[in-house]
Amino acid sequence: MEDLLDPLALSRWQFGLTTIYHFLFVPITIGMASVVAVYQTMWVRTGKIVYLQLVHFLGKIFLINFAMGVVTGIVQEFQFGMNWSNYSRFVGDVFGAPLALEGLLAFFLEATFIGLWIFGWDKLPPKLHLVTIWAVAVGTILSAYFIIAANAFMQNPVGYTINEAKGRAELVDIGAVLTNPVALAAFPHTILAAFMVTAGVMIAVAAWHLKRNQNIETMRPTLKFGLWLMVGAFAGTALSGDQLSLVMVDTQPMKMAAAEAMYNTSTGADASFSIFTLGTPDGVHELFSIRIPYLLSFLSTHTFDGTVEGINDLQAQYVQLYGPGDYTPVIWVTYWAFRWMIGLGAAHALVAVVGLWLTRKGRTPTAKWVWTIAIWASPMSLLAMSVGWVFTEMGRQPWIVFSLMKTSDAVSPNVSGLEVLISIIAFTIVYGILAVVEFRLILKTAQKGPEPIELEGDDPEDPAAKPIVRATVY
Amino acid sequence: MDLPTLWFWIVAALFVGYFVLDGFDFGVGMSLPFLGKDDTDRRVLINTIGPVWDLNETWVIVAGAAIFAAFPEWYATLFSGFYLALLLILLALIIRGVSFEYRHQRPELAWKRRFDLMITVGSAVPAFLWGVAFANIVQGVPLDADHNFTGTFFSLLNPYALLGGLTTLLLFFTHGVYFVALKTDGEIRARARRLGVRASILTIMVAAGFLAWTVLAFGTLLGTAFAAVAAVALIGSAIANGRGREGTAFALMAVTIAAAVLALFSSLFPAVMPASNDVANSLTIANASSSTYTLTIMSWTALIFLPLVLAYQAWTYWTFRKRITRAHIDAAAH
Ligand code: HDD
Ligand code: HEM
Ligand code: HEM
Repeated sequence: MEDLLDPLALSRWQFGLTTIYHFLFVPITIGMASVVAVYQTMWVRTGKIVYLQLVHFLGKIFLINFAMGVVTGIVQEFQFGMNWSNYSRFVGDVFGAPLALEGLLAFFLEATFIGLWIFGWDKLPPKLHLVTIWAVAVGTILSAYFIIAANAFMQNPVGYTINEAKGRAELVDIGAVLTNPVALAAFPHTILAAFMVTAGVMIAVAAWHLKRNQNIETMRPTLKFGLWLMVGAFAGTALSGDQLSLVMVDTQPMKMAAAEAMYNTSTGADASFSIFTLGTPDGVHELFSIRIPYLLSFLSTHTFDGTVEGINDLQAQYVQLYGPGDYTPVIWVTYWAFRWMIGLGAAHALVAVVGLWLTRKGRTPTAKWVWTIAIWASPMSLLAMSVGWVFTEMGRQPWIVFSLMKTSDAVSPNVSGLEVLISIIAFTIVYGILAVVEFRLILKTAQKGPEPIELEGDDPEDPAAKPIVRATVY
Repeated sequence: MDLPTLWFWIVAALFVGYFVLDGFDFGVGMSLPFLGKDDTDRRVLINTIGPVWDLNETWVIVAGAAIFAAFPEWYATLFSGFYLALLLILLALIIRGVSFEYRHQRPELAWKRRFDLMITVGSAVPAFLWGVAFANIVQGVPLDADHNFTGTFFSLLNPYALLGGLTTLLLFFTHGVYFVALKTDGEIRARARRLGVRASILTIMVAAGFLAWTVLAFGTLLGTAFAAVAAVALIGSAIANGRGREGTAFALMAVTIAAAVLALFSSLFPAVMPASNDVANSLTIANASSSTYTLTIMSWTALIFLPLVLAYQAWTYWTFRKRITRAHIDAAAH
């Protein structure tokens, strides 16, 4: 019973669950806003009805998803104070600023212009209406930047000083916080990964229709766009991930050691990257593994004879620096999360490469199973994204702010385990129900496919006929 | 005025924005069962706030983030202390927010009715609990020497706070009904005006009690002045509504809510969260605020971006200024 009602453990579970949940919707919001904006730009420029159909169609999926991102985001904003009040007291002076900037610069922008976009079709001239969706797209990306900058402070605190009298960290250099090397690397990595997730959705939706030989004129371009976006975004994700590895080794060497379950410091060929390891369940002893020599050294230092510090050495160093304690994260989580992130993302990109080959020069695969794979592959990038964050956040443990504050000191002292249990249960029920509703609605909308556009004039074949613009209502 | 004091008033201004704007959203949501006779009616009502509810709600996110950045101690004490109350508010905002988007996704009436109910409940719960929360802040709550709240959820439900909750609930309800009268036409508009008459009488009675209690128990000179403005504007709005001056009624109601929020903040000043058990434990502007550097950065950003935000939000309201009727719903794309 004591254990069940431990506010710390419960708060960690709650934060993890609600954040992962929030981040199931955010990547699609980030990616889809831009994709819809691109299609709408193409529509405004060329006047081709196909693009307008795609704007409406993908826009609907985008909006169903967007609503969930918004409502779950408010929970995130409040949770720091509700469950992590000691943390908030300690870092608020530094950490609050990017959050406030996010609200003022990004959330207001998104929330205002989304309304103008949805309801503005018949009220704004086409070019101005196009600006509104771009404003939303910019807003989503800006908001990602600020939240990642805030998170980067937790990974690699910069631009602060400790005020002993007040017992807190204080901001001394906002520029340093906003250009934290961790943020500069994590931002493109996360945004590009979000585009992979979006591309995955586009591919799956298009494949579903093409498999049934329907909506070819809209779904074929969607498929192509999705496939190229997936491959391009993966290349970018991998490059930025490489950069992120370098920064991580610099700032949190323990996390890299934990990602590799590497206990002893190694150099050169010994600093090998294991693709697959069987070990004792606690991860301390290795039974069998497939390893690529030099790769870890290269990932960590960009040289083949680099030295990568092991867990045991780092643990000893940290005890010296920060006092007695256990400074290792849960190794099996970090080890497998790191691999699944890369593996699932790479597998999804591979699906796209094969897809590009199969659809080259106007070809269309006839085998049904090809389409089936494309459809069922769709969650892979999203999963890669989630486990990537689990890796980042759990790899930081036991710190909440690396080297400054432990997670165990951060929890609200006056919130009881029972209260947190109530909130976890409430969130789980509500989020669970909404997940089902949301998923069904997206599925229904996606399977319905793009709708025909009503045209002015009597002749439906007239290429110059303009679409009838009607007011949107709920 | 020093920076922390400036930020105290900026936070107050953000809550003014939030309650004035999301206030009428809540009111429209609560009015669904009263004003919506059939599905088309309810769609008319929802569409009056369709383009703006999200931007209105964002004011509370920014207000919360501003407290976090400018008064971390206040943010920590308030959000951890009012844990269960905030949980309820969050759950309400979640079900309300998704309902706007999900309601129109399927044609079945049963499906729509479910989301109508969620909109109504999701509007009433925060409308009530925000009043409870603010009344408690003004009244003071038990805090220990580390500024941690030592009361319980149920100690928040005291008579003064419950009256505060009822006041915000009624103010927002009437505000929303006036908004409907201003933004619709025909039968609904007439119905909203009639409902506004009855609602305003009840609101005046309850709000008068709450404002008087606030002034007598916690009043400062400035607080009393704002409470007086609120009272006058409230009565003025009721008269305007009775005479069919919809724009004036709505504007005066906005003034009422703004003045009431300012009355509460003025009664607090210079504390941000007074301790009811021991004044020494109180959180004040001075001991809760961030460093001068942080506040300077934040001030510059607010100075540059707040006017911009206000400009594009005003433009949004201008773009959607037309009244919405049943004919619009029938003619529109689905
Ligand atoms: C589709 C998703 C996806 C894919 C294919 C990859 N990543 Fe990733 N990765 C993420 C999605 C992600 C993420 C979920 O977005 C994270 C979590 C935190 C962050 O900034 O991005 C992340 C974090 C993250 C971190 C941790 C940063 C830290 O904790 O400071 C590293 C070192 C990498 N990634 C490296 C890579 C490498 C070398 C990849 C090679 C292909 C790779 N990632 C592919
Ligand atoms: C969206 C992607 C994110 C995911 C999936 C994610 C996931 C997680 C998980 C799983 C935990 C629990 C870790 C543990 O206790 O072992 C956690 C903790 C936490 N994360 Fe994140 N996180 C994300 C982004 C962020 C961001 C952007 C911030 C800050 C701005 C943040 C702040 C925190 C805090 C304060 C905790 C609680 C303390 C802790 O356990 O370290 N997270 N997150
Ligand atoms: C744990 C930390 C997080 C907090 C406090 C947070 C806060 C919020 C809030 C309050 C909203 C609602 C905005 C609105 O009403 O318009 C939101 C939505 C959003 N969040 Fe988060 N979030 C977190 C994690 C993340 C992460 C890690 C990212 C990106 C990398 C992200 C990106 C977004 C985006 C793009 C939106 C807007 C799109 C949408 O509303 O769906 N968030 N977030």
